Amino acid sequence: MGDEQLHGYRGKLKEALEAAGVGIGDLLRFESGDGSFEGSLMPRVETADDWHVVLKLKSGYNVGIAFGEGAKVVRLGQAEKPEFRPPPLPEVKAGLPKVSIVSTGGTIASRVDYITGGVHAAMSSRDLLSIVPELSDIAAVDADILYSTFSENIDAEQWTGIARRIAEKVKEGAQGVVITHGTDTLGYSSAALSFVLRNLPIPVIFVGSQRSSDRPSSDAATNLLGVVSTAAHAPFAEVVLGMHETTSDTSIVFHWGTKARKLHTSTRYAFQSVNTEPLARYVDGKVEMIAESYRKRGEGELELMDSFESKVALIKFHPGFQPSTIDWYVDDGYKGVILEGTGLGHVSTGLYEALRGAVKAGVVLGMAPQCVWGRIDMDVYSTGRELQEIGVEPLGDMLAETAFVKLRWALANSDDIEEAMELMRRNIAGEYSDRTLYTGRFG
Amino acid sequence: MDYAKLGLKVGLEVHQELATKHKLFCQCPPMLFRDDPEYTFIRRLRPSQSELGEIDPAALFEFLKGKTIIYEANRETSCLVEMDEEPPGPLNAEALDICLTFTLLTGGTPVDEVHVMRKIVVDGSNTTGFQRTCVTSLGGKLEVGGKTYSLQQVGLEEDAARKIADEGGVSRYRIDRLGIPLIEVTTDPVIYSPEEAEEVALAIGRILRATGQVRRGLGTIRQDVNISIVGGALIEIKGVQELNLVSKVVEYEVQRQVKLLKIVDILKERGIKATDLTDKPLDVSDLFGETKSRIVKNALSKGGRVLAVKLGGFAGCMGIELCPDRRLGTEMADHAKFAGGVRGIFHTDELPAYDITVEEVKALRKKVGASDSDAVVIVADEEESCRRALSAVVKRAREALEGVPSETRAANPDGTTHFTRPRPGAARMYPETDMPPIVVSSERLAKLRANLPEMPEAKLERFTTDYGINEKLARQVINSDYTQLFEEMMGEDLADPVQLAVTLTEDFRGLQRDGVEIDNISDALIRDTFGLLKAGKTAKESLPQIFTWLAENPDGSPADALKALDLGMLSGDDLRSMVEAKVSENREMVERMGDRAIGPLMGMMMGEVRGRAEAKEVQALLREAIGALSRE
Ligand SMILES: [Zn+2]
Repeated sequence: MGDEQLHGYRGKLKEALEAAGVGIGDLLRFESGDGSFEGSLMPRVETADDWHVVLKLKSGYNVGIAFGEGAKVVRLGQAEKPEFRPPPLPEVKAGLPKVSIVSTGGTIASRVDYITGGVHAAMSSRDLLSIVPELSDIAAVDADILYSTFSENIDAEQWTGIARRIAEKVKEGAQGVVITHGTDTLGYSSAALSFVLRNLPIPVIFVGSQRSSDRPSSDAATNLLGVVSTAAHAPFAEVVLGMHETTSDTSIVFHWGTKARKLHTSTRYAFQSVNTEPLARYVDGKVEMIAESYRKRGEGELELMDSFESKVALIKFHPGFQPSTIDWYVDDGYKGVILEGTGLGHVSTGLYEALRGAVKAGVVLGMAPQCVWGRIDMDVYSTGRELQEIGVEPLGDMLAETAFVKLRWALANSDDIEEAMELMRRNIAGEYSDRTLYTGRFG
Repeated sequence: MDYAKLGLKVGLEVHQELATKHKLFCQCPPMLFRDDPEYTFIRRLRPSQSELGEIDPAALFEFLKGKTIIYEANRETSCLVEMDEEPPGPLNAEALDICLTFTLLTGGTPVDEVHVMRKIVVDGSNTTGFQRTCVTSLGGKLEVGGKTYSLQQVGLEEDAARKIADEGGVSRYRIDRLGIPLIEVTTDPVIYSPEEAEEVALAIGRILRATGQVRRGLGTIRQDVNISIVGGALIEIKGVQELNLVSKVVEYEVQRQVKLLKIVDILKERGIKATDLTDKPLDVSDLFGETKSRIVKNALSKGGRVLAVKLGGFAGCMGIELCPDRRLGTEMADHAKFAGGVRGIFHTDELPAYDITVEEVKALRKKVGASDSDAVVIVADEEESCRRALSAVVKRAREALEGVPSETRAANPDGTTHFTRPRPGAARMYPETDMPPIVVSSERLAKLRANLPEMPEAKLERFTTDYGINEKLARQVINSDYTQLFEEMMGEDLADPVQLAVTLTEDFRGLQRDGVEIDNISDALIRDTFGLLKAGKTAKESLPQIFTWLAENPDGSPADALKALDLGMLSGDDLRSMVEAKVSENREMVERMGDRAIGPLMGMMMGEVRGRAEAKEVQALLREAIGALSRE
């Protein structure tokens, strides 16, 4: 009996279960000081203690029973093996636009194993269609798994991989590409792809979910249906991020890939457009454009600028910030640092020396707002003017995370610092707004 | 009825809201709000698919119909947890302690580790689409009337959102109630008569109240009753809101099952077979072109149709009464409503009626080829809805040939029940992954064991000796929602024991029967009212009027009630001059009768000042005034 079969059990308890020949799901009787309990053996969370056995009672409830001196395990029967019988696939409707779904992780669609409680992600187009059959009314969907990882593990290597997969899909004639992605670093990835995909002819839409897809209230299917429909029909060819607009299931909103930030740890509407209006909205089964100017679908031939510099840091200034922190990055060979400054873009005068040293060593320094909302202005106070003199580049109303991603991209796709700085200053993918609009909530 | 001979078996699940400081998985207070919601939000629930590839057909149908749910909320009573916008916090330890206390009082075995589960519920009553629930102990027993009843388990779960309205494709729920802790006590199916069922339910209620930590008022205690008889089926009846309705529910359900079995015999005798019943409905709209029936006319004018099916050999059976006001036809109507979302059905056992004429019935019978021994069922609605509805009617008719279909029903206020859904298979439950298991330590149990509350029997004895109230009254207090308040007020010497006991039990029940919403009156208001009584600011005769006013004006105070009802006590001088006036008005009688005039004069005076003066004082003043007159 291998580890797999006794997931989460350790030590003496595991030995007792093994000795009784019991595997996960098997029916057993557990006799302890408190009495005798019958049920099916359930897997145990790895981080839980090693002296409780978890039984699923006949009523369907799980309970934990302590394993102590003299406890006895008696195997009563074989596990009921769940057998997945997928419902018939919906018919493929002719004449629907082709949309590719590329999965990078997160469970946008999943099934629950009510016997062990396991949640299994949909692994193929077939799975996906059987779980969200309405997709087949919207588009000819092809789905594949590119990565299967938590979003905190996604970095430049995956951004490049995603870009190349998108390029393949474009070549194969996709009318739109949907990238499913965990939400934690979704904003970084959408920004990265906004810079990588040059001359994009179709919409590329990032989507995630804030409620896991095993629960009936999940936002996963609603988000997916909204973004697939938009990928199929929207007039724009931009990299965007589509999620719930509010707590209601009534609309999906599309943020510019460079202007979206996760601003709440848990809500469905966690992503908001910062310093700008969203690009579009999906409501009542239709796409409504909000932005007036955007790249039109079908223009141009896709080019990739898909390399990223890894030696770039994003550093938040705070009271008591030590100059040696900056020195460390310089000594470690960093090529660029985005400073998240206070207010209009400030750090303490105590850092000037270290920053001068960084510039001298050829490190590119950029300033982004830690306030999240609003723009950097380093001409108002002397600190700002002095920092500019030292060589810190003010980055307007660009989000700090976007500035960080962009600097990695700019350094990797230019021959020298001057060229990289030129890229940083140029509005490549809507990361700068000319005007700071009143957005109601902030501003 | 000979319940033993019928093989009646009843099991109870008693759900009681707990009066904890906050809800089960968040810090919101366990309370409801009356005003308009501060905000609403709209959701849809998607039936989740299991590994087995099966989806609950009813849930899927609702979903495909595009059922949307509007949730109403305010900031005082709910937070992001109830909105399913934030993971649940840790399980409320106070609530778990109450469950464990109940278990220790009833000799059950606490589990060593509590695992919170998600039980799938997609009707919208839970924003998540599941109810969080857990088992806290197994086994245990209670003694009632000299008999022992074993318990299956005790559990702890979150209460659901309150349904406010169901408007076609939209359900409206208020999430204030969502997350209030509920203890669930489940007995084994070891109860054998309706009376016993009620006795056991009451006994569970008493022990729950003995913990001193339960909420009161309509809907704060709810029973599910599982009933079966030999040859019948196991029927789960949900949502019995009053403990003293339990025996009625059992009685009616047994009646219903017995009658359904009788119908099987009748149909068998008539030689009806399931294959005789086809669910190919016939469009009979053309027969109702000139109809006076508003329902039919309405449906047709909206582009709907009238569809009919013949139920061969069912004539007379549809109208057989199963329990008061519930017929086989009613059962079929329930199924039709559930399956097709239609408002109802018409069947020939009840026609002509509802403005459907003899001629129309004749034409209908002719068109579907029904003889006098056949029944015909019609539905008027959108065609697809009619089809679904009639298909369900035929299915139910086929089941009538077999016996009692296994199903989940819900209690009506009179104790009868209606179909709500087919009995679900194994509960769709899986672990709540947002919460680690909770170890129930032996230290925790020892602490609870050392502080167990007094059991109802001991309390009964103490009430009679300490407070000098008779056993019947003491029992009423202990069976009421006010046991704890009564004890607290006694401890603070706030009222006369008998007066308080009678008010909280007999008087409140009387007012409730008259439609007064006693549940609106908070403990604080009851205390304040008795405070006024004790201070001599009102008379006990005024209590019913004051409480009636408070039930209608729960934000007001007893003092406001006195003002509004003009029930303030008359000051000594005012009362004296009223008495003197009365005596002089009746001078002749006083002269004729002397002291004996006090009787009739008392009657007249009290008629005018009842509730505003104590009888004793009126009598004394009368005596004085008569004395003064006779001295003249
Ligand atoms: Zn809350």
